[in-house]
Amino acid sequence: MSEISRQADLATDLATDPALAVAARKPASRFALLWRSRWLGVAFIAGLLVLWEVVAASGVMPAMSFPRMSAILATWWDLVISGELPGEFLPSLWRMFAGYAIGVVLGIVLGLLMGYVRFFYNLLEPITEVLRPIPSPAYLPIVILFLGIDDEMKIFMIAFASLFPVLLNTYSGVRSVDPIQLQTARTFGVEGPKLLWQVVLPAASPYIFTGMRVSLAVALIVMVISEMVAASSGIGYFILSAQRGFKIREMFAGVLTLAALGYILNRAFLAIESRVLAWHYGYTQQQRN
Amino acid sequence: MTDGPRSFLRVRGLCKAFAAPGGTTTVALNGVDLDIERGSFVSIIGPSGCGKSTLLQIIAGLVGSTAGAVWLDGRQVEAPPPGAIYVFQQYTRSLFPWKTVERNVAFGLENRGTLSRTDIAARTCELIGLVKLTGFERHYPWQLSGGMQQRVAIARALACRPQVLLMDEPFSAVDALTRVGLQELLRALWRELGLTVIFVTHDVDEGVYLSTRVVALSRAPAAVAVDLPIDLPHPRDQIATRALPQYLDYRARLLAQLFADEGLTATEAA
Repeated sequence: MSEISRQADLATDLATDPALAVAARKPASRFALLWRSRWLGVAFIAGLLVLWEVVAASGVMPAMSFPRMSAILATWWDLVISGELPGEFLPSLWRMFAGYAIGVVLGIVLGLLMGYVRFFYNLLEPITEVLRPIPSPAYLPIVILFLGIDDEMKIFMIAFASLFPVLLNTYSGVRSVDPIQLQTARTFGVEGPKLLWQVVLPAASPYIFTGMRVSLAVALIVMVISEMVAASSGIGYFILSAQRGFKIREMFAGVLTLAALGYILNRAFLAIESRVLAWHYGYTQQQRN
Repeated sequence: MTDGPRSFLRVRGLCKAFAAPGGTTTVALNGVDLDIERGSFVSIIGPSGCGKSTLLQIIAGLVGSTAGAVWLDGRQVEAPPPGAIYVFQQYTRSLFPWKTVERNVAFGLENRGTLSRTDIAARTCELIGLVKLTGFERHYPWQLSGGMQQRVAIARALACRPQVLLMDEPFSAVDALTRVGLQELLRALWRELGLTVIFVTHDVDEGVYLSTRVVALSRAPAAVAVDLPIDLPHPRDQIATRALPQYLDYRARLLAQLFADEGLTATEAA
């Protein structure tokens, strides 16, 4: 699980903590309010950036490798305006989404088959467990051997790495479908593919979403790695070549862009998830009461 | 089979054994014979764990039997028959939480594939009205009270126009007053729609009040211990019917059977 998504969880917890709602009603100083609010973490990041600026300005660190934050942000802005950063960035995003989409669809299909048909479980479970633990950088040379260093290779790498979290979670989701829901479907004569589509898939969807969220972070990582190892474009390539060319501000600007991308992607994912799984949150909340 | 005129639902020599831990087998049903007429309301009572639910699940085609067979309307039951719908005790788990009330009720109809979309919508609307949930079509089941949820489950079952409703302790998870309301609703639907109802309960009073016949099973391995036609007048009344001498007599006979089976004494120690 990525650091980004954990931060998002924390933010959600803070936002829904009833103690905060009570605290908000009491008159308190602005500082005390910030201390208890979800903005605390944002303020903390702002504080770190200011600290960065101060340390860089003081000359304690070598200015070459530790530029001021204000200079990094100015460079970032210039790169955005000139179109250089978006030009590197959009091909990366495209590869990432193409690979992610393939990985997710395959993961769901295989996970459903493995969870639903014993034959596919017996057939695919061992190979899944053998392939899954291999870190993606380790098989990257093999993939380059067969697919070269173009988009096909990167999309394959991203798809392959995104596949496993979705597959495993889908499988667990299918196995944990309430037997009473399955029996209900049977008493209404719903079986086979219809049962899969009408009952098993929606019942497993909370698990599937968990897998998709993990895979999203994995896809981002593998995108950057595959671009660093072999590419002539993309954000990973941009960061590494900036470092090699001693363009340190550009390098930091690239990393900041990735942080922002990861944050936005996760936020967007959570927004979609909370819409699609609104029934699930309502239902589990009701079960707890 | 040659024994007598063909009944609507026929159960012959039904046995069910389960594999138990330690390589042994537990016998749940040991030769159950039962004939049920079309349009009757039959309650099955028995000590807890005697296999009442297993019997109902075999009749529903949800579980296979070890020996013996079930015929519904002349056809042997091997898979869930379209004419029989099973209603679960655990309505929170049986209703689909991702579907609204209306979509839950339409579930069976949509999967039969015999009705047009407008016919399904009309039938769904009619059934929601029958169980008095008009106005809650767009709610999700988990937004409703327990009694309302079980009404959704009943509407969903009835939407398919089943000949037989198989109900497994359907009202045992709701409070006493809600239960009375559900009992009256079920009685009214049974009378209006000409249904056959097989109703498993552990509550003797509920069984006698609702039914035209009560079958008491012995403790496991279960067989039919008492088969009692309930000759109480219709329409019934929650207060007046339950005060009738015949009602009290039925109740006493069934309770005596259950107590004897469990090795309980009805009298408080002096």
